[in-house]
Amino acid sequence: MSAAAPAGAGIRLQRYMWRHPGVARLGVVLMLFVVWEIAARWFVDPMFLSPPSKVLFAFDDVLATRGVPAALRVTFFELAVAFAIAVVIGLVVGLAVGLSKFGNRSFMPIVLLLYGMPQITILPIFILYFGIGPASKIAFGVTHGMFPIIMAVAAGVQNIKPILMVGARSMGASKWHVLRYVIYPHMIPSFFAGMRLGMTGVLLGVLLAELYVSIAGIGYFTSVFTQNFDPTKLLGLVAMLAAMAIVLNEIVRRTEVRFARWRD
Amino acid sequence: MSSPRRKFNDRFASRLVQVGFLAAVLLLWYLATTRWGVNKLLLPNPLNVWDQLADVIAKGEYLNDLRITLTELAIAFLISTVSGTLLGYSISRSPYLIKVFEPLFAGIYSIPIILFLPLYVLFFGLGPASKIALGTTISFFPVVLNTIAGFGNVDPMLVKAAKSMGASDYQLFRYVLVPAAFPVILSGLRMGFTVALLSIIGSETIASLGGLGHRIVNLAENMDMARMFAYIVFAIAIAAFLNTVVSVLEARGKRQR
Repeated sequence: MSAAAPAGAGIRLQRYMWRHPGVARLGVVLMLFVVWEIAARWFVDPMFLSPPSKVLFAFDDVLATRGVPAALRVTFFELAVAFAIAVVIGLVVGLAVGLSKFGNRSFMPIVLLLYGMPQITILPIFILYFGIGPASKIAFGVTHGMFPIIMAVAAGVQNIKPILMVGARSMGASKWHVLRYVIYPHMIPSFFAGMRLGMTGVLLGVLLAELYVSIAGIGYFTSVFTQNFDPTKLLGLVAMLAAMAIVLNEIVRRTEVRFARWRD
Repeated sequence: MSSPRRKFNDRFASRLVQVGFLAAVLLLWYLATTRWGVNKLLLPNPLNVWDQLADVIAKGEYLNDLRITLTELAIAFLISTVSGTLLGYSISRSPYLIKVFEPLFAGIYSIPIILFLPLYVLFFGLGPASKIALGTTISFFPVVLNTIAGFGNVDPMLVKAAKSMGASDYQLFRYVLVPAAFPVILSGLRMGFTVALLSIIGSETIASLGGLGHRIVNLAENMDMARMFAYIVFAIAIAAFLNTVVSVLEARGKRQR
């Protein structure tokens, strides 16, 4: 009897996992953390890797390191400003390119060409022009973030059914009316999809520039912690940045879902 | 109606605008350096850059850096291709495993993985190993996600039909699953290749001992601007060439099916 009970519980657990893949996923993640913990505690040189339990309790330590909170603020500021500028440029250029057929045919290949270029090769030029402070990070983030937004906005404007435009015009809508009541609502879903891609780009651009050279942002501290062989603090800082990236991505994604809904 | 003629004219005008745009950029660049006295340390003369580029190529100075970058790229792409397709295939065999792992991979993929570079430099040092590790990590996710999508979304009717006609497991794999999933996997491989190339040049730029990205940074630090611009042009050309080759291979692979 006592042997049967755990077996029954085991089967029930199995069935529960079967119905809830999310729980199993959590289990996989936990297992990875356990492997990491065991490896770091007993098998790997503590100069290079620390166990997750230690990293978790070192968050306070990282935040107490002089300059780290300010560095996180600076990085967040760079991300926010770069994203705002990228959205404005993306919207303006996207509309300018997308609203006329000629503009789309002429300038879209140029936009695609620039977007396809590996921008990382010109990072040293950005540093040279904008200095090693936040300006170069913002500029690099903007150039990474604006192209997806331009393309999404232009595509969104182009894909409006011509019948809607003709219909509106034949019912006597002015140019402004067409822009406000036909183009604008149709542009919204692709605009937000572009913003999501743009956020990914801005994160990449700003973080690349931060890691390349930095005097006040988090890039400075990642290199300090690396050079001091302080994996606990380095992992803590990377985890915080990853969390920041996840939150920003999630905000943009949720907004996209919310604003793309009107058509359904 | 002269519709075809009009279409031709429109297209010609668009081409003209594009060529004009490039010519204007080059002209502005030239005038800025020769007439308007922009500092040579900020913007070198384009003719100078051209000479340097010719010099770099003629002397074969680029060979060593190019070899390092391409070796890193090849190893990273090979590892992520093999591990991504194998893992993706094994996961795709069970809808349950897809539900468990697919959101996990997609979630990690949405983090900017470049953040791990300081960790990798700590683990693997400044040499090629850390670049290979980063390139592998970044390109693994598009490959595995597309493999799962490719094998996971094969029309069940096709599988059922093949089975009811008595196909063996191998035949099912070879003649039903692979042809159906192949285009999706190819897209994943192309995306993986592109991001691997970018991340490897990027990590060479940030912290390394050799490679194209390292050379560009080195020249920037020595304020040898004309040569740096030449190397940037060279690196962009290499990247464009590789990406074109991969896109052509992808299109050809898809067409054969």
